[in-house]
Amino acid sequence: MRDKIYKNVTIFFFLLPALLLFVGVLIYPIFMSAYYSFFDLRSVSTTNMPFYGIKNYIELFTSGSISFWKALGNSLLLAILSVFLQLPLSLGLALMLGKGIKGERAFLSIYFMPVLISTVVIGQLWRKIYNPDYGILNAVLSLMGIEGAMPLGGWLGNVKSALWCVFIPTLWQYVGYHMLLMYAGVRSVSPELREAAKLDGATDAQVDWYVVIPCIKNILRVSVIFAVTGSLKSFDLIYVLTEGGPLHATEVPSTLMINMLFLRNRYGMGSTIAVLMILLCFAFALLISAAFKEREYYGRKKHT
Amino acid sequence: MAEKNTLNAYSLDQYQVGKTNKVVKTLIYIGLVIWAMIDLFPIYWMFTFSLKSNEEVYGMNVMGLPRDWLWSNYQRAMTTGNMPRYFLNSIIVTVAAILISLIAALMATYAITRIIWKGSQLTYSFFMLGITIPIHASIVPIFITLSKAHMLNSYWSLIVPYSAFSLSMAILICTGFMNDIPKDLDEAAKIDGCGLWQTFGMIIVPLMKPALATISIYTFLQCWNELMFANVFISKNALKTLPVGIQALSGQHTTDWGPIGAALVIATFPTLLTYIFMSKNIQESFIAGAVKG
Repeated sequence: MRDKIYKNVTIFFFLLPALLLFVGVLIYPIFMSAYYSFFDLRSVSTTNMPFYGIKNYIELFTSGSISFWKALGNSLLLAILSVFLQLPLSLGLALMLGKGIKGERAFLSIYFMPVLISTVVIGQLWRKIYNPDYGILNAVLSLMGIEGAMPLGGWLGNVKSALWCVFIPTLWQYVGYHMLLMYAGVRSVSPELREAAKLDGATDAQVDWYVVIPCIKNILRVSVIFAVTGSLKSFDLIYVLTEGGPLHATEVPSTLMINMLFLRNRYGMGSTIAVLMILLCFAFALLISAAFKEREYYGRKKHT
Repeated sequence: MAEKNTLNAYSLDQYQVGKTNKVVKTLIYIGLVIWAMIDLFPIYWMFTFSLKSNEEVYGMNVMGLPRDWLWSNYQRAMTTGNMPRYFLNSIIVTVAAILISLIAALMATYAITRIIWKGSQLTYSFFMLGITIPIHASIVPIFITLSKAHMLNSYWSLIVPYSAFSLSMAILICTGFMNDIPKDLDEAAKIDGCGLWQTFGMIIVPLMKPALATISIYTFLQCWNELMFANVFISKNALKTLPVGIQALSGQHTTDWGPIGAALVIATFPTLLTYIFMSKNIQESFIAGAVKG
């Protein structure tokens, strides 16, 4: 009996630091976010905040000046672009690298490098690349004989081009990340399986399409989830490049949230946006998982 | 005889299709090299303009290597822009966050994997929730709590959230490594009269060195580059970390490209240096985080 109490106390003490951090900084604040989203909280003093019901939510969805729909649409567009442009590019690179080519590791290391560089550095760097007067993009374009391609107001200043110009650095930075995951998957496909397909007369492309891709479906699912939730959460790069402008052209939920907190002091509304972002992230993760499960392939490794 | 022929045919066949076609191989190389250049060119450009004068950046020599290597840009970035301070702040915050999350993760993982009790699996799953929760989820309540406690603009306001957000990943990596340590060691320690604490401190922790490296790198990258919390919680110039500091710096020197380039290179340098020496560890930790999470 004493042994048992001793053991339980020990377990408790071993878990204590992690639990304190985890519950105090993550779990408890999430519930508080949900709680605050029902109040009209306009200063950090929470002693007398008027209960607001779901008015924050209603205002968020109906107010034209907040333009939440625009932000949501932008982040969904970024998600679609990521899934249909970035991921195929990553997959292509991973399949090519997975063929056992000379210099494999060197290529892998180069591709992964941008992932590690701070997004602020990358954002500032791309601001210079897009610079209307001295940027390298205009220099490269004029070198290729293309003049006057820059839209009115500059690459990042034009309402039509801004979102694309924000997407391209994102693609540039994270292609390597998805490539690495997919490459790890490609390398784990047994060589016998590839060999067997080749003996049956499959070409390289057919082996990739019919053997390798079905085998790494799990990783593709993870990549799609990361690409979509990453777009929903995206903040750093957009904040550095455009702060959501011009005219909300690159506004996403998190830039809107930061705006609510610091320009308008609307902490309740900020919480409302945070809550919706969490819900959306979880909903999309579940949805994507379900979509992948529907076309389940035999012989899957169990995935937790 | 016939049998031998088919065998030959097979091996010949295998030779032909088993190897990738030469044309295809060349195309693959071209594709890989093009993307490598796309990856490297902006980084190369950043290095070059950090060493150029405005005249070169503004037209004389936009893409080439600098004609005069202006190291003075680095000197200016370090002296006029408060960069050493930002750098130091980033180091303080990052190192503290790494230490705290390491200790907390090691202890928790020990309780989860080495002590047999009901609910250990559940506790593990609970901690793993942290991998999917976006950090945005908690920023408002933490901000309110910190400003009520007058704790904004302090190192702790970043260290504590950073350690918490690295915790799940640290526990995940720790669990993988700790499961590889044979359980017999614990038994032997017990027979020799070691308590749980002693077993933890004298047997398990020393064996966890490779895990510590992987976790430290991962946490380092998260904290070193974090912008949102640092931007919101820190407004005092003396306490800004590199990402926020660089934002401030480039707001001040919009027309002076050299020193800004130098600041960007300085901020990136520790990361790239770590990467050069530990690229494999880093890549593996990222794979583990995605695939097991």
